[in-house]
Amino acid sequence: MPAEAATQTIASNSAANGTQITFLEAIKQAMFEEMERDPAVVLLGEDVGVYGGAFKTSEGLLERFGWERVIDTPISESAIIGAACGMSYLGLRPIAELQFIDFIVCAFNQITNFVAKGHYLWNAPAPMVMRGPAGGGVHGGPFHSANPEMYFVHTPGLKVIYPSTPYDAKGLLKAAVRDNNPVLFFEHKFLYRRIKGDVPKEDYTVPIGKAVVRREGKHLTIVSYAAMAHASLEAADALAKEGIEAEVIDLRTLLPLDEDTILQSVKKTNKCLVVHEDTKTGGIAGEIAAILCEKAFGDLDGPLMRVTALDTPVPYSPPLEEHFLPNAKKIFSAARELARY
Amino acid sequence: MANGNGINKQLTKQQYLDLYYYMRLNRAVEDTMVKLFRQNKIVGGLYSSLGQEAVSVGTAYALDKKDWLAPMIRNIGALLVKGVPPRDVFMQHMAKYDSPTRGKDGTSHFGDLEKLHIVSPISMLGDLIPVMTGIAIGGRYLGQKIVTMTWIGDGGSSTGVFHEGLNFAATQKAPFVLILENNLWAYSTPVRRQVPIENLADRAKAYGISSYIVDGNNVVDVFTTAREAVNRVRNGEGPILIECKTFRRLGHAQHDPAEYVPKEMRAHWEAKDPITQYEKFLTAEKLLDAKGKKEIEEKIEQLLAKERDFAENSPMPPPEFAETGVYCTGDDCHKIRPKWERPQSEVTPPKSSVKPVWTVEGFGAGQSAATAAIHFGDTKTQILEEETPGTPATTKSNGAKSSANTKAPLKKPAKAAVTAARKGRS
Repeated sequence: MPAEAATQTIASNSAANGTQITFLEAIKQAMFEEMERDPAVVLLGEDVGVYGGAFKTSEGLLERFGWERVIDTPISESAIIGAACGMSYLGLRPIAELQFIDFIVCAFNQITNFVAKGHYLWNAPAPMVMRGPAGGGVHGGPFHSANPEMYFVHTPGLKVIYPSTPYDAKGLLKAAVRDNNPVLFFEHKFLYRRIKGDVPKEDYTVPIGKAVVRREGKHLTIVSYAAMAHASLEAADALAKEGIEAEVIDLRTLLPLDEDTILQSVKKTNKCLVVHEDTKTGGIAGEIAAILCEKAFGDLDGPLMRVTALDTPVPYSPPLEEHFLPNAKKIFSAARELARY
Repeated sequence: MANGNGINKQLTKQQYLDLYYYMRLNRAVEDTMVKLFRQNKIVGGLYSSLGQEAVSVGTAYALDKKDWLAPMIRNIGALLVKGVPPRDVFMQHMAKYDSPTRGKDGTSHFGDLEKLHIVSPISMLGDLIPVMTGIAIGGRYLGQKIVTMTWIGDGGSSTGVFHEGLNFAATQKAPFVLILENNLWAYSTPVRRQVPIENLADRAKAYGISSYIVDGNNVVDVFTTAREAVNRVRNGEGPILIECKTFRRLGHAQHDPAEYVPKEMRAHWEAKDPITQYEKFLTAEKLLDAKGKKEIEEKIEQLLAKERDFAENSPMPPPEFAETGVYCTGDDCHKIRPKWERPQSEVTPPKSSVKPVWTVEGFGAGQSAATAAIHFGDTKTQILEEETPGTPATTKSNGAKSSANTKAPLKKPAKAAVTAARKGRS
């Protein structure tokens, strides 16, 4: 990451003339504006048309763009992804919605074997976006709370985005639509209506593959993304009161991973804590640990630590789910322990 | 006897001879590859469509140049008809750097989005069905009036994505033709152990779409049926399924001697060889004489000698090439621009704007009406039994035309009478 690496707090990353919108509104605006800009952009998925999507992210799109561009599909995830891929071969830029991202695994073969491999094998670009609500904390239970991003981070040919702010959600979704590759776009549903942020009125995109430093600090680096970026910032505030200055990095994109921003920060702080809502084994923290061992071993003054969800399915009952999920308190404890090294 | 129908006036002499040429070319290309395989020049597996050439050639020949197809492993003939040079097929199998995938994949796993409109298959069966549905819908959206076609075997018809894809195609009335190439064997398992129905075309009923059954070893019947289906789907009737009854004469691939196939069964189908039968027909109808046949054979021999030579002289890819091409890097890599053949104003506001309500038949625009038919609560329990001969099939939803009469189930799929059992719209 170059020296001008943007240091943005969640509140400040917007233009002065912007308006406050929810995360959900940011998704809707991105789709609306992209469809307005380019008739090659179409939307398909379950209940996206007349109903406007299970979370109302596509409300109003059918009314404005019509039946050919906003397609209500049967409950057939493989057909949704496959058809979107076929459309993309004609130069269209379909957005395929998964009603809950948990259901993306129903189309696993279509995504990992068909969509992801086409450009490498036979020079066939598939400019398509696969997006949907992900994550827990809303008592959705084991089949409506998943964070399945790492299945796809392990698949060359895909790009994987998981933003944490309305500004990034809108800018990255627009960038995803304009990208020539298949992009998975995870939207943390806990943030949909809880987070508000400024977005500029004019058209903008956020580059795919660039992390952002949300808070500067010198004692340790906390690397996170999505809802856990907020929990990490909350923990950093509490740590500051104890004199521990944590640098907080929001990855925003998981594939390709912005190694430079992580390495540059760890070079400064010499300690790294990775926080994710995904389960521990096989989560991105393991990959970051390997990268730090390979490329920054001499910079480390302490072990890489992880705060993640438990290695279990997402349980339903609130006390169970709270125990399962990472939170600011758990991050605070781990960070304090790491700072002691 | 197949081809016993006399000359079909709808076909020109050139079309009759094209079908012959491509079947001969299909077989000669595969014969050449067997030789290459035995010389260890093919690095991976080699699959054969021996005895199934009429299916690949007859169906693909029904497509226009602008139409799209996606082959399966045994559809080399379809690729040749679409314009793929034999050298590409050879080089794919030999993993050469000049092959369409430049050594990254083998067999018929390659495509061409720009010129030939071919989508590459993957080894997992059925995934092409929603993809080709998407191209069909996308082409319609762009105003291109294209038809898409892919093939699926008796084995692949049991996949979940077969159902998802064909159902979605039907709900969208996609201009899509699915060729169900029933060669009676999925690797070592006979069709009866995979699917408990006599005619796989019956599955079309479940999607409310039309279907045909055709003798897959009769190239003229395959072609005329496919052409009728292509015309119908292009006219907006929705997708159509064609079951081609044929037989896989060799094993799953070169390594497989297929000893599980009964000798009598193999002998039966060898006697129904699609090229031998067609040659007899062409000779009897005076469309082909010894001189014409010799000319075609020489043409193919010369072509393949040249193509094989080119393929053998192509280099292997440099090892580092494995690292390239995972992602499209942007306009420098691919300039992605859809080819609009209708005014974009039709799909942009204000023209695209609609009232976002369902129009449910009998219930008005999202509101119940006093005259609405009652769609629930008054349904009598019915026991659906197998249709008796002559009873019209009832696949009429979606406005698709009935798939005509369903004859009594055939005892042996081998019977020549299978031909066009439900062909046409009688």
